[in-house]
Amino acid sequence: MTDTPDTEVDLAAGDPQQPAPEEVEGPAEERRQLHDVWVSGTEERFPFSKATDEGAQEFLPRDEDPALDIQEGIVVDDDYVEAPVVIEDERQIINMGPQHPSTHGVLRLQLELEGETIRRVKPIIGYLHTGMEKTAETLNYAQGSTNVTRMDYLAPFHNELVYSLAVEQLLGIDVPPRADAIRVLMTELNRVSSHLLWAATMGMDIGALSMMIYGWREREVCLDFFEKTTGLRMNHNYIRPGGVAADLPDGWEADIANLITLVNEGVDEYEELLNDNPIFQDRTLGVGVILPEECKQYGVTGPIARASGIDWDLRKQAPYCGIDQYEFSVPTGLHGDVHDRYTVRIEEIRQSLGIVAQVVESMPTGDYRTPDAKVTPPPRKRIDESMEALIHHFKLFTEGIVVPPGTAYQSVEGPRGEVGCYLVSKGGARPWRMHWRAPSFAAVQALPAMMTDSLVADVVAALASSDPVLGDVDR
Amino acid sequence: MSDIERDLEDAAPEQEPATRVLPDHPVIARILEEHTDATFEVRSYASSDVMYHAITVPVSEWVDIASEAKDVGFDLFIDLAAVDHFTDAPRFEVALNIVSMTLNERLIISTRVPYDDPTVPTLTGVFAGANFYEREAYDLFGIDFPGHPDLTRILMPDDWEGHPLRKDYDVGEVPVEFKAGSADL
Repeated sequence: MTDTPDTEVDLAAGDPQQPAPEEVEGPAEERRQLHDVWVSGTEERFPFSKATDEGAQEFLPRDEDPALDIQEGIVVDDDYVEAPVVIEDERQIINMGPQHPSTHGVLRLQLELEGETIRRVKPIIGYLHTGMEKTAETLNYAQGSTNVTRMDYLAPFHNELVYSLAVEQLLGIDVPPRADAIRVLMTELNRVSSHLLWAATMGMDIGALSMMIYGWREREVCLDFFEKTTGLRMNHNYIRPGGVAADLPDGWEADIANLITLVNEGVDEYEELLNDNPIFQDRTLGVGVILPEECKQYGVTGPIARASGIDWDLRKQAPYCGIDQYEFSVPTGLHGDVHDRYTVRIEEIRQSLGIVAQVVESMPTGDYRTPDAKVTPPPRKRIDESMEALIHHFKLFTEGIVVPPGTAYQSVEGPRGEVGCYLVSKGGARPWRMHWRAPSFAAVQALPAMMTDSLVADVVAALASSDPVLGDVDR
Repeated sequence: MSDIERDLEDAAPEQEPATRVLPDHPVIARILEEHTDATFEVRSYASSDVMYHAITVPVSEWVDIASEAKDVGFDLFIDLAAVDHFTDAPRFEVALNIVSMTLNERLIISTRVPYDDPTVPTLTGVFAGANFYEREAYDLFGIDFPGHPDLTRILMPDDWEGHPLRKDYDVGEVPVEFKAGSADL
């Protein structure tokens, strides 16, 4: 049966004219070469033209393709100046979105392409604009946190916290230490859940499909705790002016301990899955670079700025809710590329879990709402006993919390950067104006600086790494 | 000049702990030195000792004072907000929010413009990030920013009429027809 090797080759190649190759005795290497993925940085390419009859499918020589150098960060191209070599006929406009799975919502990117290279990007937003800043003017201060929690729907606690702090700044009240500790606990867990969702969707966007399942699995643990505490998985309306809505549920320490273990194990798994993966490295290293100078110009804060080497975290620089009494470090990157944003966010998950563990150890006892009767409604039992309590209850639920005139700006470090609330009061129970400083808005604005003169395939990676939430962008 | 110095002296002992004030004030004072019309205020974050400064300037010095602030270290652009103070005399307020990372100081510079001439010179030449924020203020308040490279609507549709966040723009309502309450119930 000497013909057996020939027939096998014939079946595989589907070409009876081809003589049996001599190299059959060492097929593994040949096959690996034929099926190997071209990895940028390896100088020798494989003879694809010999393997197929569909013409040359080779990449250009590296020194003839400046886009690859720019993409890998070898050449930092000035984003504001158009490339000198302009082939007008080759340019075309492609609309990416608003209905595109990788835009995580309804973001539309108008791309001007030259071949496969992006020459200009214009983000077009507003598809999710629901006028929440106008709505905020019609709601009283107690209702306001139900509104703002829906803006950045992946970081609802941060939205509620910054709104509550702005109202408290105008009221001039302090909240009890237990309320502060609960606020820190919930916002840091929210940062963990938001980064986990980011890791999941980012992995899916660049091809690591199993990350989608893993990230969601750990995030579910966080959301279960949110549901147990607040009654809702998202849009909690839990942190309110004057404190928090309810105390922590029974057995919360055990839940948190379980959560910390599970999420830490999960994050270890992600790193095992992704860190040494050549495809992941190839799609993230040197891709979507943004410089520290550009971050400052465009108002980009949070993990994106920290990945560019800007050591700026409002938890350290402008501590709120006594977060400065917990020990944590602020991870920073060096290159400002997608990979650094990944490492920064993964480390932030660990640091936030560290803060959560410290909060559990040092949780103060006491009330979880301010004792100020003009802000906190009285307990049900007091209403039967005290006329004053009845009047306060009536006034709080008919008129609302009355806030003196003034202007306040308050900001906290959200998962995407500085979340800010510019609140103007003219007295009364409703804000005169509430302006939201949305971190995603600034990040979307900086997308052209991140994407210009890179390859169109890297749009998805750069966009995923900047983690915009369109509810936050459009409000 | 004298007003500002008096303000600084008045504000310093009662509102701020002495340890924070001393290194920060010379810089703010230097920004305000030339601008005698600017007024000055110190505000505090909720339940913490973090302070920030709020300056109100006339619109003619808007770009000057922003670029001077940038030169002395306030180089992180954070926010640009507009407010409609309806029935108050200069109707619109525009507030710029910038941060100095070296000083760890926040500065809010605001200006007021009247209803019949809602024009504020653009800051895109100073901070590139003012681009989207000025478009938002134009879209929702109708404030004009001469010199802006692309002053178009950003959140509302292009053919929208009116500027929704103005106080004289009604919230509007959708009529709801209740059909369930008819005779068969």
